[in-house]
Amino acid sequence: MTEAASPERLLFASTTQSFLEKEASLGRLRELHGAGTAFEADWWRRAAELGWTSLLVPEELGGGSVSGDGVADLALVAELAGKTVAPGPLHPVSTVLAGLVEAPENHEDTIESLVSGEVVGSWAVYEPGRPWAPLDAAVTATPTGSGFRIDGVKDRVEAGAESAVLLVVARSGGVVRQFLVPTNASGVRVEPQRSIDMVKTYARVRFDGVEVDGSAAVGSAEQTSDTIARQSQIAMILQCAEIVGILETVLDFTIQWGFDRHSFGRPLGSYQALKHKYADLKIWFEACRATTNCAVAEVASRSPAAEMAASIAKSYVGEHAPGMLQDCTQLHGGIGVTWEHDLHLFLRRVTLYRSMFGTPEEHNLHVYALTEQLESVS
Amino acid sequence: MTETASAPTETTESVEEFAARARAWLAENMPSIDPINPPEHDRGEEAPWLRARELQTKLYEGGFAGICFPKEYGGLGLPIAYQKAFDNESRCYELPIILNTPTFTICAATILDTGSEEQKHQHISAVLRGDEVLVQLLSEPSGGSDLAGVITRADRKGDRWVINGAKTWSTSAFAADYGLMLARTDWDVPKHEGLTMFLVPIDSPGITLRRIKQVNGSVEFCEEFFDNLELGDDAVVGEVNGGWQVASRQLYHERRAVGGGSEFASGIGAEGKSDVPIDYVALLQATGQADSERAREIAGRALVHRAVREQLIDHVYHGVLDGSLPPAAGSIIRVTHADTHHLEFDSVLALSASSGVVDVGDGLIRYGERYLSRQTAALGGGTTEIARNIIGERVLGFPREYAADRGVPFNQVKRNKS
Repeated sequence: MTEAASPERLLFASTTQSFLEKEASLGRLRELHGAGTAFEADWWRRAAELGWTSLLVPEELGGGSVSGDGVADLALVAELAGKTVAPGPLHPVSTVLAGLVEAPENHEDTIESLVSGEVVGSWAVYEPGRPWAPLDAAVTATPTGSGFRIDGVKDRVEAGAESAVLLVVARSGGVVRQFLVPTNASGVRVEPQRSIDMVKTYARVRFDGVEVDGSAAVGSAEQTSDTIARQSQIAMILQCAEIVGILETVLDFTIQWGFDRHSFGRPLGSYQALKHKYADLKIWFEACRATTNCAVAEVASRSPAAEMAASIAKSYVGEHAPGMLQDCTQLHGGIGVTWEHDLHLFLRRVTLYRSMFGTPEEHNLHVYALTEQLESVS
Repeated sequence: MTETASAPTETTESVEEFAARARAWLAENMPSIDPINPPEHDRGEEAPWLRARELQTKLYEGGFAGICFPKEYGGLGLPIAYQKAFDNESRCYELPIILNTPTFTICAATILDTGSEEQKHQHISAVLRGDEVLVQLLSEPSGGSDLAGVITRADRKGDRWVINGAKTWSTSAFAADYGLMLARTDWDVPKHEGLTMFLVPIDSPGITLRRIKQVNGSVEFCEEFFDNLELGDDAVVGEVNGGWQVASRQLYHERRAVGGGSEFASGIGAEGKSDVPIDYVALLQATGQADSERAREIAGRALVHRAVREQLIDHVYHGVLDGSLPPAAGSIIRVTHADTHHLEFDSVLALSASSGVVDVGDGLIRYGERYLSRQTAALGGGTTEIARNIIGERVLGFPREYAADRGVPFNQVKRNKS
């Protein structure tokens, strides 16, 4: 578990953990998959009641966190959710809230309904055929007399089909802005996209002359790129924290397998070739945890180093985690590639996150560019 | 045995106040340097060692030596946060960096754990004053990883010990005053039980010293031959036949030090130009690849791994301190040190392309030369294979590797074919 020093934090963690164990088990995940359901709305409302959606939101807007460090608390929820690859819109809702709280004016009601869990929202940031480039929008928001007209297509919108509201990145008069758009607005068409995860679904969303009020805009043009950077960082640390939870669980049962499984009269873990593989898994796991902790701390404190730290963590965790899951599959032998074994449930989620919100390769380029900038000013 | 050798004492000075005092003192007293282009401290030469002693004496007199060593032996007895603050303040000043390893981080740390009160008072304060340099005399020509299989012998003659044998891979022994030397004192018991650690004056009659030349031309490492070297009982560190316990502490401190996780190191600068972290931005500009996405991605990945290595050192250090990781987790740092070096050396070889292998006048051939010594990072301070065994066995708890010499009196153990 991530730092969980205070008694309030420990209580929050244990409540969250027992809720997840009871209501989001791996068996439940398979049931949801079988039923073709991403998550149940009522389940999400109860998760919200535990405080998951209030962590990034200031108290005056109906939020709050037990420890006073909402970002770290949220990362803790993500890590615990990773232990059972829980379903649910934690990432899209958190990412939208992270944006709205930067400029809550006119959006207090939406914030309240997202915090209560009554409503699900998602960030419409990706566009068809384009890599991760959150500031590079082709969707347009054209000023009308009373507001804006939105045109274009977004895709890879998590839980798009379950969302009542989308935070849409669009170009308006040469600058990038964000707008809150209800999915039942006239001209919005949502088409589901499947993912390699058991339950996580995405959507392509077409905006065909969608009219919104001027009040749909979130924040000023000047602050939008900072807000988008903040949302991106929240998305990335949630992915990393959830992967750390996944890795911890998978490593635990794979190490146990190394003690229990015998070949030629010896436990698997007694063979040096496998022992060394296990050692590497342990090294990479601790490194994933270390870099994730650093990124969470930098993002939580809004440090100038947050952008770099988030990219470093996303690159490192994204580079290593899928391969680590494949190594665990190899250590399990043939059982590891069966549908019945749970390994693939974890592998699916980790592989999904590797490539969403920037691949390791894209973040390597970003880390290089940030380093270049730092050197040119020094 | 304590896992952290330094017990922090009470202080009323905050880390920030300490840092401010260090900042003022450094500016007043220590020579400033350009950390990008630091003075060469070639461990194979004599002069850098004399210089290091001089600088260490200054630190001691200024009250900034041995920040994490206990007060009673001449240190300050402060927690690691103070050392880190000092490291941060001292980046742009010349410090006796080459005294860190092995003198402070391994030898003095081990004497602190296992030495007698006399040895602690004499040697820890002497190294902190800049009066002594210490070295490890562990590896032997007969084998590296199997340290407990050493065959240098110490025989009892009256009230004296008489040493015969050979040691190797001791870093800069020519510049040292004392060495921690592991010898066999009982051949009739299993290998770990018949060893004793001695603190040997390097200039003793009976020691012949020879330099080892490495692939990169370095001559910092030495080999020592012992011919009837005589020592008294005061040279024994720990118990007679209890040498393995002492050596284990050395190995523990060494694994932490090699990865960069020791609180006893002071100053974090490079030892010379070849030790400065690779500046990828400058390299890409110099090679006309500043706009090459392929080159930028390779460099970015190396920067990511470099940063994570630093984050991991801190994470493991605190994990061992708070008990969430066992002390053997120091080997995690040790392996990562090698893996990160490999990635950096491989990356810079790729980025410097043919300029790394033919001297076209741009100086990049140094990266090709550095690549030739790449494996030293995976060998020095114990091989990465042994480190992975340690993680598998002592961190994860898997069964120990089979050893044909376990429980067998050492004089019956099979040794190298000559």
